[in-house]
Amino acid sequence: MGTRAARALAREGARVLTIRVVPCLDIDAGRVVKGVRFSGMRDAGDPTERALAYEAQGADELVMLDVSATPEGRGNATETVRRVRAVLGIPLTVGGGVRTIEDARALLEAGADKVASNTAAALEPSLLDRLARTFGSQCTVLALDAARRQDGAGWELVVRSGKERTSRCAVAWAREAASRGAGEIVLTSWDRDGTRAGYDIELIGAVTSAVRIPVVASGGAAHAQHMLEAVRAGASAVLAASILHDGEVTVGDLKRALAAAEIPVRM
Amino acid sequence: MSEVIVVDTGTANLASVCAALVRVGAAPRLSTDASVVAAAERVVLPGVGAFGAGMARLEATGLAVALTKRAREGRALLCVCLGLQLLCRESEESPGISGLGVIDAAVRRFEDRAGLVVPQLGWNLVEPALDSTLLASGHAYFANSYRLDALPAGYSGALAVHGSPFVAALEKGALLACQFHPELSGAWGHALLGRWLAKVRAC
Repeated sequence: MGTRAARALAREGARVLTIRVVPCLDIDAGRVVKGVRFSGMRDAGDPTERALAYEAQGADELVMLDVSATPEGRGNATETVRRVRAVLGIPLTVGGGVRTIEDARALLEAGADKVASNTAAALEPSLLDRLARTFGSQCTVLALDAARRQDGAGWELVVRSGKERTSRCAVAWAREAASRGAGEIVLTSWDRDGTRAGYDIELIGAVTSAVRIPVVASGGAAHAQHMLEAVRAGASAVLAASILHDGEVTVGDLKRALAAAEIPVRM
Repeated sequence: MSEVIVVDTGTANLASVCAALVRVGAAPRLSTDASVVAAAERVVLPGVGAFGAGMARLEATGLAVALTKRAREGRALLCVCLGLQLLCRESEESPGISGLGVIDAAVRRFEDRAGLVVPQLGWNLVEPALDSTLLASGHAYFANSYRLDALPAGYSGALAVHGSPFVAALEKGALLACQFHPELSGAWGHALLGRWLAKVRAC
């Protein structure tokens, strides 16, 4: 190995992967929307324009969720995926309405790099095994929406775009999903989604302690301090929507703040 | 426009690979035809999925022979992610399955070590060897659980660290094999794809 490379790597010491900052586009009928606790959706722009702007700001990847796919039994937003893929040079995770291997294949063929499953995986967990076997774990993402139980004892899994509580333990489900072959978890706090009250740090800690696969913190981010807390709790990536869509901060602002706190980020 | 034959591996993120090639000015065309792959000026072997399944497809279509020949001759070939691993002799992912064997080395899983997230999903720093002509220092996007742990003799390339150093890319003539995904590595990956295309033209 060349000495320059060896020296550079030694300088980096025991460095880890950079922490990813991930804008999330909730998609309804080909438009970006955003609500609070999964409802009260309002328009937040064109997906292609948003995707281009976020890549230019330094986004590490994008998540696109077809939020209306499950409730209305609609198919996947393959056309939107195709348009975004044509311009986007960073990874794209797509979820919403993924019920079968063929649904996933259609999204991958349209330009997704990873496919996220939520409700369908919760109802039929073997979907995760089949996705991982067919496309690989690195392509199989569990979208896990978790709500604090009324009695405060842990979190329960929420399905159908936040509309249905299942009473199932969210942490146990995360562990099972990882053992079935999920390669990543996008972990959304139902309680914090769209509220800007900060991520549910205890939830992130509980799930990242239970699995070895990367966990993307989601739901409640208002500023870089919240992201710093999520990373310290074990998150590999931090997701944000409202604050970016509203132009309050850019991905670059968030990354500069994280870098100042000595969190490794790609600048 | 430079035509690039993209091996249709069935389960790879082909759309992302093709979209990136279009953005750097190439004209990608999908093929599973061994004679097309043998004759093409430029070939991309994308790779997502398991080692055993990937090899089975290459063997069944006769692509294994065509790709091995291309790689050995240092003709224009870009292998991505699993594509790099398939060049090797074998992989821990699929015991008992022979790879293309262009590189006499075994692919192994990242160590099972506390705090080491596997799969490696995200951006990691790539540091090229001194004699690399294509690779530049920078962050690339990785999505892998398995890796080659040292540059084989006769190859230039680049290293990165996830727990311990591993091969981020291999380079020899117009053969470029990347453990990362250049098609998903933003402006840095875009520039690398552009240099690979330009190098092919110069050969």
